[in-house]
Amino acid sequence: MLRYTLLRILRALITVTLIVSLAFVILRLSGDPAIIILGPEAPPEAYAAFRTNWGLDQPIWIQYLKYFGAVSQGDLGNSMRDGRSALQVVGERVPLTLAITIPALFLKILIGLPAGICAALYRNTYIDRLIMTVSVMGFTVPSFVLGLVLALIFAVKLGWLPSGGSDTWQHAILPILTMGLIGAAVIARFTRSAMLEVLGQPYIRSASAKGLVWREVVTSHALPNAAIPTLTIVGFMVGSLVAGAVVVESVFSWPGVGRLLVTAVANRDLAVVQVILLFIGFTMVFANLTVDLLYGWVDPRLRTKQLQAGS
Amino acid sequence: MTLELNDPKSIAEDSGSGSVFTAKDRLTAFFETWPPLVLFALFWIAFSAFVVAFAPLIAPYDFMSMDLPSRLTPPVFFGGVWTHPLGTDELGRDVLSRLIISIRISVVIAFLSTLIAATLGVTLGFLAAYFRGRVEQLILILIDAQASMPFMIIALAVLAFLGNSLTLFVILMGFYGWERIARIARGLAISANEQGYATAVRDLGASPWRIYSRHILPNIASTLIVSMTLNFPEVILLESGLSFLGLGIQPPMTSLGNMVGYGRDYIQSAPWIMLAPSVAIVLTTLSISIVGDWMRDLFDPTLK
Repeated sequence: MLRYTLLRILRALITVTLIVSLAFVILRLSGDPAIIILGPEAPPEAYAAFRTNWGLDQPIWIQYLKYFGAVSQGDLGNSMRDGRSALQVVGERVPLTLAITIPALFLKILIGLPAGICAALYRNTYIDRLIMTVSVMGFTVPSFVLGLVLALIFAVKLGWLPSGGSDTWQHAILPILTMGLIGAAVIARFTRSAMLEVLGQPYIRSASAKGLVWREVVTSHALPNAAIPTLTIVGFMVGSLVAGAVVVESVFSWPGVGRLLVTAVANRDLAVVQVILLFIGFTMVFANLTVDLLYGWVDPRLRTKQLQAGS
Repeated sequence: MTLELNDPKSIAEDSGSGSVFTAKDRLTAFFETWPPLVLFALFWIAFSAFVVAFAPLIAPYDFMSMDLPSRLTPPVFFGGVWTHPLGTDELGRDVLSRLIISIRISVVIAFLSTLIAATLGVTLGFLAAYFRGRVEQLILILIDAQASMPFMIIALAVLAFLGNSLTLFVILMGFYGWERIARIARGLAISANEQGYATAVRDLGASPWRIYSRHILPNIASTLIVSMTLNFPEVILLESGLSFLGLGIQPPMTSLGNMVGYGRDYIQSAPWIMLAPSVAIVLTTLSISIVGDWMRDLFDPTLK
């Protein structure tokens, strides 16, 4: 177990290094980082200070190391728009994003999990077909189309809900619904195939052969085993709590991190983009690591098997 | 049509077999091999392919030509006129013509990007399978890193830092999904290496290049094509998402996401501007996914 944990942590560290390297590479490819981070109107002393601070006059590999130093200290430059620290600008948007992504995550699980289990238990019946058809739609309808159609129905035609902004709690309903429905389709499909896989296993046959009631077989044998692969997709969704709302926030003018990212990209406010890239990278890696460790804890087989396979 | 076929007389004439039941069974059998949904999907794909090939010829107007007096004309059955079957937008541009050109651009970008992703994925997957050891570990780490980051965030960051041009955009989209194809290609190549035919040509003295390109690749092609097919609609979704945000295809060029993006401002007064491209996106991605799933079931021997 210790080896498994250490290996996972090592891999998470490698991924973090790669993400920081990616940020470094695209930052350097795009021109002089001093101008990019500080903006074109900064005083010359600021450029000079920045260059010595980040070691831009030194060889590239020293710059690379210094960049890691700057990142680890949270020294990531200022937003071009109001001159405040980019970290602070991003930080104050995070609660707004979480305010819609966390309820959406619950909605996804609440709809997706029972739907997927239901579809698997009633395989090849009308229930299954209906659930799967709706689920395929969820995969292929882009979130901005679903969002706009919901806005068209509930805001424009019926006038029940506001179509954009964040003043009242009603403003959050449509974004949450949009993300929740699409995510539920993904979870339903995943849960269904995980359940089907488990239901075909010999131990399910033994369980029903020894005379267990079918309900008992499902709740105490099938569900716990099907939970493991489903955990992965839910883990990925937890990781993308901040990242997953880019499009939906833009559709409903919800002032979260995603909306900030889009405006920052459009205005080329690169310090902010960089902070969001790193921030999302770190949350994703952390969530994946947590899921991996949970995995090993839930399923003892993985601890040994994955080590041998090496992947 | 079904009614006609259920009529014994017409079936007898049609099939010439004289038995009602054979003909009926044939019909059922036909729909079993070709489910109606798949037929519909294939029809839409063929139609889109036609549109992509002949876009400038079928578009009734130039997609950029403006006609201000007839702006915001509704589609034909909603009070519009046949000269603009899907209505016009806020500058009087014909929505149908713009839609046709947009389908072309979106599909071509998705196609080129999927080809890039497949080339990259297969190359890296094969390299991992051939060298094993450290090279393989490195490639696996890259795959893991790519899979752990939402691609849209990376794409947005790259667009922010490097600016936007059509070439860069296509290449960027080409990075989408390479890691899945690489993972599949590696796994398949490793198991193919252990099969008789690969060993046989190796013992005959064939070079690794020859073994991989002439023997292993054709043998695993069907699975790779399926995963490419499933990658395709996702690229369309990604491209239209970025274009919707105004960060993908730039005007005066147009793409499906682009049309939805500016149609959003007219959602109250002229919802057709946004609905027409939305329907096109959904039909296209849905059709390709249906065909992809169907092909996977056909090619996957474990499901039979």
